[in-house]
Amino acid sequence: MKNYFRYIAVLALGIVSCEPEFEDPIDEEGFYNNGEADFSNYVALGNSLTAGYANNALYISGQENSYPNILAQQFAVVQDTEGFRQPLVNDNTGGLVLGGQTIPGFDTRLVLSFDADGSNPSPQNYRGAQPITDVSTKLEGSFNNMGVPGAKSYQLAFPGYGDLSGLTTQPVTANPYFVRFASSPQTTVVQDALAQEPTFFSLWIGNNDVLGFAASGGVGVDQTGTFAGANPMEYFGTYGPNDITDPNAFAAVYGQMVQALSASTSGGVLINIPDVASVPYFTTVPVNAIPLDSQTATALNAQFAAYNDQILPGLMGLGLLSAEEVQARRITFTEGQNFVTLTDESLIDISQIIQGAPFNLDAQTAGLLGQLRQATVGDLIPLTSSGFLGTTVGGDPMMVNGVSVPLGDQHVLTTSEQEMIATATQRYNETIAALAEANGLGLVDANATLTRLASEGISFDAGTVTADFVTGGAFSLDGIHLTPRGYAIIANGIIDEINETYNSEVPKVNIGNYGTVTLSNDIQ
Amino acid sequence: MKKIFLLVLCGLASAAIYAGGYRVSLQGQRSLAMGHTGVAMVNNAELAFFNPAGLVYLENKINVAVGASAVFSNVIWQNEEFGQMAETDSPVGTPFYAYFSYRANEWLTLGLSAYTPYGSSVEWPDDWAGSHLVNNIDLQAIYIQPLASVKISEKLSLGGGPIYVNGSVNFNRNLDRTLADVEGNRANVTVDASGVSAWGWSLGGMYSPTENLRFGVNYRSEIIMEAEGGDADFENIPNSPATPFADTQFDAALPLPAELTVGASYRFDKWTVAVDYNRNYWDVYNSLDIDFADAGIPDSDNPRNYKNSSIYRFGLQYWANETFTLRAGYYFDESPVQSGYFAPETPRNDSSNFTGGLSININDRFAIDASFLYSRFDEIEETYNPDPETFPDYEGVPFRGTFKSSAFVPGLGLTIKI
Repeated sequence: MKNYFRYIAVLALGIVSCEPEFEDPIDEEGFYNNGEADFSNYVALGNSLTAGYANNALYISGQENSYPNILAQQFAVVQDTEGFRQPLVNDNTGGLVLGGQTIPGFDTRLVLSFDADGSNPSPQNYRGAQPITDVSTKLEGSFNNMGVPGAKSYQLAFPGYGDLSGLTTQPVTANPYFVRFASSPQTTVVQDALAQEPTFFSLWIGNNDVLGFAASGGVGVDQTGTFAGANPMEYFGTYGPNDITDPNAFAAVYGQMVQALSASTSGGVLINIPDVASVPYFTTVPVNAIPLDSQTATALNAQFAAYNDQILPGLMGLGLLSAEEVQARRITFTEGQNFVTLTDESLIDISQIIQGAPFNLDAQTAGLLGQLRQATVGDLIPLTSSGFLGTTVGGDPMMVNGVSVPLGDQHVLTTSEQEMIATATQRYNETIAALAEANGLGLVDANATLTRLASEGISFDAGTVTADFVTGGAFSLDGIHLTPRGYAIIANGIIDEINETYNSEVPKVNIGNYGTVTLSNDIQ
Repeated sequence: MKKIFLLVLCGLASAAIYAGGYRVSLQGQRSLAMGHTGVAMVNNAELAFFNPAGLVYLENKINVAVGASAVFSNVIWQNEEFGQMAETDSPVGTPFYAYFSYRANEWLTLGLSAYTPYGSSVEWPDDWAGSHLVNNIDLQAIYIQPLASVKISEKLSLGGGPIYVNGSVNFNRNLDRTLADVEGNRANVTVDASGVSAWGWSLGGMYSPTENLRFGVNYRSEIIMEAEGGDADFENIPNSPATPFADTQFDAALPLPAELTVGASYRFDKWTVAVDYNRNYWDVYNSLDIDFADAGIPDSDNPRNYKNSSIYRFGLQYWANETFTLRAGYYFDESPVQSGYFAPETPRNDSSNFTGGLSININDRFAIDASFLYSRFDEIEETYNPDPETFPDYEGVPFRGTFKSSAFVPGLGLTIKI
């Protein structure tokens, strides 16, 4: 019998040595190559795009598919790393709570719902559960993902941005996401990042410096040229939430951050700012969204006949408007799709003049006509305004929003507003490129990536990812933030740049393995 | 010893993949130790499987052979382009056999056998990179066969009988590469069918021109396991009219292909050599099509496109003394899986197999048979990418990577002669 046991022991040894092994396993050191970069402690700084925010909310599966987390997983294949910690929220529902109440503006995530027959897809707030992430519950420890949704460039360096008491001040001075994991009330995002002694970093900030303005339809102020080099934090304290950050002020604060980060790391990447007008939030709602039959069109034209044929030529006769201005202000409707009407703040306000002789209009009518024009193909309507177009004022069928009642400033991003944004974005990107060059850092052209998504798309093993709303695969249902697949595309772009800048060999990810929009009819 | 033996024997009749496709060549420890040859060997009751025609030549009136093997088999996969890797954590398979023969008279021997020639058990980590093809599979089939072996002349005999098969299958995969519910849990389906039965047959012939030289041929028929009304269980499906996957029933057919074996053995002094050739008619396994009862759920087509394959077997036996008989063998096993159809459910390439073993005669009636098998696979870079012209209904993207398999199979058996 002893012999049999010995026989079994020999067999057991044989089994251990018979596990399959590759000649060249990818997890063995030297298969890939970190080059001149050291990925052992990677820290990502940025805003919502860095946090993994999607579908108008932050939730766990979104965070797991953030581009920094995707990168960290690839880094871990290349090199032994210390892991990658993210300030995960409590659920996959999204939304933030303070004192038992959902914080206004921080509702649940959007999901794609359908009618019972599978038609009519529409983004709706998920209602399968209540938000439970209480921002007053402090997370312990440090976090490699320092993406703070909503942060503007200068806010990463703003002491008190993580102070709970700053959430209830007027105006609000803190950010509820940073409040959750700030190491102390007066710390800054940059300070908490540096305290982790990162070996490698990424910085993607500046999007909100124009996005707030854009997403509000240009309601804020373009601060370009207002920075005088005075105390920056005091200067930024004068900004409203929807202002465009002065590019000089951006350069000052961004430069300081890059200096501090690159001085203490083996390297990093700077990611530039995409053209906000290329995202589906602005490109989905057609500017000629108003369908009219011939009868209504005729009636509306009659309503505007005096304005078109008498007032406008009259003002030109008085030398107050040029021929082009008259042309731009004419309102005409036809059978079929019609351009919306809007109040354009960049037009000379004629409401006072037309209340006087010889026009003698009443104040209300004059107010409507004061800066009135019809949209052109260059204007953009935010996604959130789609539900407002074509509704009536007080149920009056002759008072249709976007037709007989012009859209307010917040519902249209006009060409002149777009120019302000484009100019600022371009200058931010010049700053980012120059700083990357000067500090020997990688420069990731996210602007080119998103532009490409909006034009020809990016192909992968199962098709092409585009910027089309809902169906394109790159953008989540808020039309601004990306899907896991979109973030994977960003991660691949960063990997390309890292490999080139640092002579490393980090494998990319297969974007086909990353999902797009989430379906759910739990919306009641 | 007895305890271990019983444990092994009482285990489920499952087996990991380690022969071509899901064929499990472990139908006798004496034969396996000789490279799983045996169509032209007269050794013990293992003949009930290898060639029932030979049963009539067994010396004793009653012959029994029982045994089981423990299959330690795993597969690793990696994709260099994307830095992905995965490793199976498959349960230890325990295929078994039990053969019985009874000599009714000079020219007729009757027999009864139970064995597990097909099976597969593979467990990849849930939601791994190939989870849209398979997360895990467990396929079992038990053959039960009454036998008759007839001596036509001193040199020629025939044997065979009907086969009753009872089998089960449990297969889980994710619906695609990304679909998940709100919680991020991946949508998947488990198809489960058990108690599926079917009938087949086998027939063999043995010719012994001299006392030391034997020729054998054996054919086992193809058996199609038709699962009807099995359970399809969909999990983590988003609550949406756009994803109408509700639990339902399914029909599917899985072939257990025919096998033809020819071989010869020659004995000189204390030595016996044996050569067998197997032809496995795998081309019947074209596609695993799962037909869901719910008309709203698209049927699942899983192209396989297997080809017929051959196995070349060589065995050597040395009769050392009254107590010990030693054996060794080798076989080369061609995979039926064609390039471009490398599904991780049976990720098989050609293998070289080394066997060895011994018998210990406790007394005139009892012998213990031990064997081991080591299967060696080259690592192989392959894809699963069905040809759209051959399989127009298949919608999927190529799945590729480098695979490497290994298998180590110790086995124990008992031979009884009365």
